[in-house]
Amino acid sequence: MTELLTLNEEHIPKLPRHAKLRFDEARKKWIINAPERVFELDEIASEIIQLVNGESSINVIIDALCDKFEGAPREVISKDTLSMLQSLADKGFVII
Amino acid sequence: MSELEIKQNNSSEVKPNASVKEKLQIPYAVLCELTHRCPLSCPYCSNPVELEMKSKEIDTETWKRALSEAVKIGILQAHFSGGEPTARKDLEELIQHASSIGLYTNLITSGVLITEERLKKFYDAGLDHVQVSIQDTDPENSEKIAGYKGHAKKLHTCGLIRKVGLPLTVNAVMHRQNLHNLKSMIDLAVELDAERLEVAQVQYYGWALKNQTAFLPTKEQLDNATEIVEEARVRLKGILAIDYVVPDYYAKRPKSCMGGWGRQFLNITPAGKVLPCHAAESLNFLEFDNIKDKPLSWIWENSDAFNRFRGTSWMPEPCQSCDRKEIDWGGCRCQAFALTGNENATDPTCEFSPYRNVLDEPLSNVGKEEIPEFIYRKINVRKPLNGIGHNSNKSPKS
Repeated sequence: MTELLTLNEEHIPKLPRHAKLRFDEARKKWIINAPERVFELDEIASEIIQLVNGESSINVIIDALCDKFEGAPREVISKDTLSMLQSLADKGFVII
Repeated sequence: MSELEIKQNNSSEVKPNASVKEKLQIPYAVLCELTHRCPLSCPYCSNPVELEMKSKEIDTETWKRALSEAVKIGILQAHFSGGEPTARKDLEELIQHASSIGLYTNLITSGVLITEERLKKFYDAGLDHVQVSIQDTDPENSEKIAGYKGHAKKLHTCGLIRKVGLPLTVNAVMHRQNLHNLKSMIDLAVELDAERLEVAQVQYYGWALKNQTAFLPTKEQLDNATEIVEEARVRLKGILAIDYVVPDYYAKRPKSCMGGWGRQFLNITPAGKVLPCHAAESLNFLEFDNIKDKPLSWIWENSDAFNRFRGTSWMPEPCQSCDRKEIDWGGCRCQAFALTGNENATDPTCEFSPYRNVLDEPLSNVGKEEIPEFIYRKINVRKPLNGIGHNSNKSPKS
């Protein structure tokens, strides 16, 4: 049975086989295909999800985003990243 | 991040998008009805009353071409359905093709014809998700509704799906004759390790309309069901997602059927006809273009059938001046036509519809009438059937 997952910065997130990330040419957007639903990712969510590779911890992902978006406070990036990944984890589309 | 539900059944959860207007949308999903052949004969089947024979089915190459054209117009997901799609021997080849061109693939099945070996082939071909229908948790009633002895096999198939490593959705059409088992259906979905349970409602056109009295739930049943779902959603958060909407007859506003006509979705029939909705053939005045004759992109943009109810300009009053017209897109055309004989009629579900009485009248009799025998879905209505549930000597009442 599936367990409820609460993410923290130490976790190494990945997408399960049935959640598929790809760039959609027709919509010019990053999307995640999942059973009978599609997540259309905004700019921030796209940046986060592209760093999810099953190897980097959320900590590492946040650091990479801090490097990329210089000037944005780490706590803001951390909050956005955790909440975005958690919303997918709640539905089983992000796992560890 | 926005989440869009793109299941073919109606749903109230699709959010309105203020910027859409009459602009042509990029479709999300194609429902490939590979065949109308099916060992089951559920009396609420969404297939048309006039079913296609095997000899009319389009071939493997035509399906592959249709899938390739679907990707080109921006479609993201392909649902393989039927009838029973596993009755097609080329299913693994079609899954392989769809997956190789980037489509997300979903198999919608009764589960009664699948072996573990074949399921592994589907997995290796790139299948992403499986949806299995379960008619009831009580095996006897389940088999009576399906008109087929396959309940244990279905449960076995669900186990195989999880064993192979595919996510599972249980689809349960709930109605007067099984709503008392909703709680155990939720328990069963958890036990089967399903990720989603779709509590589907009967829509009354085609086969289901012939069986309306047998299926319409009582108000008490429905209130009880809503309570059960609300409790389970909280208890099972992160474990089992439950899709559930109040059925039209008890609702006050229509649902955004198909996310709006010709906006998100298209359906290809076993014979290659391209429809805006799997039930659209019940709108018997519409003419449909065929994938054998025209490219999918042309059909999406130009087919009369797609343009007939696309957008809002076709709507009568009170829809035309309603602030929800771009939320529900006029509701379900098939049910509106079946119940009123007027294809443009305001969906009778709506409390402002002049036709609301066509729903209220049957509702006022629910629970008072004797439950009639089912009229089962079958390809040739004159042929006697051997399946269980067909042996009654009483003639069915329509």
